[in-house]
Amino acid sequence: MTFQVELVSPEGIAYSGEAEMVIARTVGGGEIAFQPGHVPFIGVLAVWSVDVVHPDGGRDTLAVHRGFVQVAGTKVSILSDVSEAASEIDVDRARVAKEVAEAALGADRDDETAQEALARADVRLKVADSNTQ
Amino acid sequence: MAGGRERVLRRRITSVQKTKKITRAMELIAATRVMKAQQRARASAPYSRQITQVIENLAAAGTEVDHPLLREAEKVERVGVVLITSDRGLAGPYNSAIIRAAERQVQNARAEGADYALIIIGKKGRDYFRFRNYRIDSFTEGISDNPTYEDAKAVAGTVAQLFESGEIDRVELVYTEFITIGSQKVVVRRFLPLESTETMAAEGHGEAGAVASFEFEPSPEAVLEALLPRYVEARLFGALLESAASEHASRQRAMKAATDNAEDMILKLSREMNQARQDAITTEIMEIVGGAEALGSGDDETTETQVPVGAQN
Repeated sequence: MTFQVELVSPEGIAYSGEAEMVIARTVGGGEIAFQPGHVPFIGVLAVWSVDVVHPDGGRDTLAVHRGFVQVAGTKVSILSDVSEAASEIDVDRARVAKEVAEAALGADRDDETAQEALARADVRLKVADSNTQ
Repeated sequence: MAGGRERVLRRRITSVQKTKKITRAMELIAATRVMKAQQRARASAPYSRQITQVIENLAAAGTEVDHPLLREAEKVERVGVVLITSDRGLAGPYNSAIIRAAERQVQNARAEGADYALIIIGKKGRDYFRFRNYRIDSFTEGISDNPTYEDAKAVAGTVAQLFESGEIDRVELVYTEFITIGSQKVVVRRFLPLESTETMAAEGHGEAGAVASFEFEPSPEAVLEALLPRYVEARLFGALLESAASEHASRQRAMKAATDNAEDMILKLSREMNQARQDAITTEIMEIVGGAEALGSGDDETTETQVPVGAQN
């Protein structure tokens, strides 16, 4: 059994496909996996990746830096204004961003912008990594 | 002398023809841009629809929060007016209609005894209000032609920040609604404070009602709090996209009218020019005939060879 997955961004539907499982991470709730028949659910997504597992065992990983997930019936909608597919990620830039953020955090442990930048860079690298393997 | 008039008219016709080429080109460019802008507006619809749907579901669960974006001021001391105009002119009445509606909002605010704050998008709006010595609180250019979500986020952030800090107590959004390619309408919408979740949900189309009992994580209140800023951005983005489509449609119409007028003018001027040329030829023939007759009464031999040469000139 599968369900429809859509990544909806303000510029259009960025990704859509069939899946038998979707794994995301919500704020305060940790990792959560949805399978067809899940109870209706709305969650705030953490800065993390969303894994879409296809019926044939393949998997797409998307970097979702902010957004919501809504599960209703046979449809999973991921609403995000900042998201990227693995192919859109510039690995070198993410590495540089990570180093810059780490340096900033080294100077000031409570720098919130740097913390966010580091989290985003980490997700980008993780997503890019999982798709090259 | 008469040949001079013909030359002047010919020069004017050439100039109108050149203008016509330009307006025709602008018309065609605007036409393709309308299509693109419409497509983008359509592509953005699922996002705002889904956001509204989540709000509907939250409303169904009876969620209410005390968010700064929902704050209703007891006394409105300063009204923010956000207006979306274009950077470039030659778009018919597009900008003047928006500016008129926005100025009326400012006057209304003054009539209520409140101050105003202008948040302007597009050079045309700025030029108008700056010339009349209005105080402009925020100005953004270069985005109304082809707005991106990033642009909408930046402006929405500025407005939300002004509102949350209590500097402005109400925000009206003045933009052009794109109805069809032939019809656009200036609308004034309440932008902030947001209505309660129930009214926001009622504005949607009530699809969600059937699917009750959602689970929320971390909590319905937290979801709503995270959602409201996105809702504000999505609304502004929608308004920007509709305005862009309207601007191009307006320009297309204005340029079509200009091209048609140029055609009429060329026709009128050509007739005038032909008449002037005819007059000149007639006068010339009359002069030659008159001259020949005057000479004819004298020696015949020499004049007869001269007549054809003169007639050809």
